[in-house]
Amino acid sequence: MTVYRLCFILFLTGLYGVITRRNLIKIAISLSVMEFSCFLFLALIGYRDGGVAPIVDMADPVKPYVDPLPQAMVLTAIVIGLATTAMLMAVIIRIYRKYGTFDIREIKNLRG
Amino acid sequence: MELAISVIVGFMILGALYAIHARDILSAVIAGGIVGYSLVICFLLLKAPDLAIVQIVVETITLIIMVAVVLDSSRVEAYGKFDSRAWVTAGTAVLILLIFFWFLRLASAHLAPFGENTMRMADAYVNGAVDRTGSVNLVTGVIFDFRGYDTLGEATVLVTAVLGVLTILRLRGKKV
Repeated sequence: MTVYRLCFILFLTGLYGVITRRNLIKIAISLSVMEFSCFLFLALIGYRDGGVAPIVDMADPVKPYVDPLPQAMVLTAIVIGLATTAMLMAVIIRIYRKYGTFDIREIKNLRG
Repeated sequence: MELAISVIVGFMILGALYAIHARDILSAVIAGGIVGYSLVICFLLLKAPDLAIVQIVVETITLIIMVAVVLDSSRVEAYGKFDSRAWVTAGTAVLILLIFFWFLRLASAHLAPFGENTMRMADAYVNGAVDRTGSVNLVTGVIFDFRGYDTLGEATVLVTAVLGVLTILRLRGKKV
């Protein structure tokens, strides 16, 4: 249970960064921290004690494999996470070229 | 096992806190890398080699993109004085964190303890999967056979994201 709580605290750390920081790059980093904590939580749920990696040994096919379903889901999510992060960084660099700052408050004041 | 993962997750929390509070943006990006690479070690300890491989590649690409963005712009963190708006955001943060803690209390009653996964759903996928999918790796079997359409959608999302990045970076933009 401790490790679930720590994983949740990691999520809250990312959420705190998203809410309180003013620098766009730090907001992007905090978003990816939240993402990582979700991946870790799903991988933790799939683990079981004494489990082996979900690769079938043909000589002895009945083994306590760990759950392959959360792992398949996280595998998809990691790649999608890379796509969203690349898109986010492209938007951020465009904003920097237009306004010359990463500070979201100044960007708001410069509008219009 | 649980102790080792707890130590690594604690390390990840420290890295995330440093990334959030660093004065230099480049150090913040590198400290964000601590979180990603520690996640690789966690995946290895949790017996998920496929995830570890993908995560190490993705984390490296993300770091390269972020370092390129930071080197192309400014490394100075935006620090202003701690005014009334900063108080409002800090108060909002504390409030939302408290609400989420309440959700944790609600949800932790229904969570199975760590390491006691029942495989209630996975049994249907694991039993005889090698004969049905032809793949020795069960994760590959799920991704490319049972959920092939999902993987096709994932590839579509990747292509869309690459097209979006190219479009955004090539735009000329209005002069201000």
